[in-house]
Amino acid sequence: MLIKKPSDIKTSEITPENVYKSRREFMLDGSKLMLGTMAGASLPATVLAQNGGALKARAPASMQRAAPAPWWAEKFSSIKPAPNSEPFFTGETLTPYRDVTHYNNFYEYGMDKGDPSANSNPSQPDPWSVAITGEVARPGTYNLEDILKPVDLEERIYRMRCVEAWSMVIPWIGFPLADLIKQFEPTSNARFIEFETLVDPDTMPGVTSRFAMVNWPYREGLRMDEAMNPLAFMAVGLYGNYLPSQNGAPMRLIVPWKYGFKGIKSIVRINFRETQPNTTWNDLQANEYGFYANVNPAVHHPRWRQDMERRLPQTLFSRQHIETQLFNGYGEQVAHLYNGMDLARNF
Amino acid sequence: MAKLIKPSVLLIALLPFFILLLRIARNDLGPDPAQELSIETGEWTLRFLLITLAMTPLRQITNQVVFVKHRRMLGLFALFYGSVHFLSWMTFLLGFRWFAIVEELLERPYITVGFSAFLILVALGVTSPKPMVRKLGKNWKRLHRLVYLAAVLGVIHLLWILRTDITEAVLYGSILTGLLGYRLLRFWWTQYNAGKIG
Repeated sequence: MLIKKPSDIKTSEITPENVYKSRREFMLDGSKLMLGTMAGASLPATVLAQNGGALKARAPASMQRAAPAPWWAEKFSSIKPAPNSEPFFTGETLTPYRDVTHYNNFYEYGMDKGDPSANSNPSQPDPWSVAITGEVARPGTYNLEDILKPVDLEERIYRMRCVEAWSMVIPWIGFPLADLIKQFEPTSNARFIEFETLVDPDTMPGVTSRFAMVNWPYREGLRMDEAMNPLAFMAVGLYGNYLPSQNGAPMRLIVPWKYGFKGIKSIVRINFRETQPNTTWNDLQANEYGFYANVNPAVHHPRWRQDMERRLPQTLFSRQHIETQLFNGYGEQVAHLYNGMDLARNF
Repeated sequence: MAKLIKPSVLLIALLPFFILLLRIARNDLGPDPAQELSIETGEWTLRFLLITLAMTPLRQITNQVVFVKHRRMLGLFALFYGSVHFLSWMTFLLGFRWFAIVEELLERPYITVGFSAFLILVALGVTSPKPMVRKLGKNWKRLHRLVYLAAVLGVIHLLWILRTDITEAVLYGSILTGLLGYRLLRFWWTQYNAGKIG
């Protein structure tokens, strides 16, 4: 005898395909959201613990530096936090404060990555003056305090790609370079901007080394339209704190779409000029380091590859080799500056 | 006493390797360990090459045979550190991307130079056991003179990778010049004494 068993599930209870698919997507999105929140939670605890968590990143309490002078403290009391979106922000994992401040190329303090933090003065120099020269309506020697007076400090989280094929993600404090330039009213002849680093044999052991072939002072430069690009940034701090000497105190340049060596440190002179300035690395090895030095995975350094980078910090067995992006991922903001230029020749 | 010399040399020569292993285990190579490991192993390769090359002059100057007794082992340690250097470069710096490794070997002169030095060390290592010495006869000595070339290539390799500070290359280069110069002077001196030149 064959008894026909009715189906356990009534047809009315079966979920239509479009409904269960959308439900799955909803759950997937939900788990992505969770992951996103967890990534946020993995930022250093100090970020959220201090000052109401306004800034996205702060130096660990034990490593915070004292204000070099009261005006610095006042300036740092109001900083606009980084936005939540590119390009002035990236959600990539931050390079820890200790690595950012103890793994530096700053040859004035020595050739090894640990030399700048070991050899530089732990307290930031103050007062500091910057000579403004060349094609400007208001040349002169200005106190840094006065240069910073009209600018608003903000936090920006940028990728930094070193020409040596490693990279970091760093939360800087500073202001757009354009805001500095406008103060001194460049003339129509000002087509390039040139920067110079401090040379002080008393505090910088590297500048007296016989084997370093650098012709001090360190010099860098930008084309005026590059300098006016909103991404070009003058940093006076990092991780919500005053800039350590090894990172270029009291003021240094950040050009995130270019190799790190363009980011000249401890600036004492800014010169506006009609012709392209000589730059230190270009003078040393013109076939290896160009004036533009835009991050470009297709143009290798003659001695090593540039298509990948080691995101720091690494451990040997959990390595992060990531693909280097053209203009360090800032192409949308800067690619137009180089329209019609052969980037392989103008490297 | 003499029996203790060989194991002591062996242990001392392995010490830098153990220290590196310890630093790896303690995650103490800094934020860019791949780079640090490559630099360290490269330098130890060059140091062992120079130590090996110093043995013959030391024997001749001091008249102590002990210096050449362990020369082969020291040379093999240069090969050992060179192998670790080469492997860590392939693994940790290039992530075993074969096309990249081949491209680097062919297109970057300093890597071609370093790799050539490494190939020489491999050839010398393979022909270092006693049966090979006997088998190769006269040619063994000719082949093993390539160690001078390997050392010169090693210093060029280092000089070429440095960015601006050439202190270390100058240091190793001077030591090598001294070791090779000593041999040249000694050669001339013996020729002179034999009345062949002068």
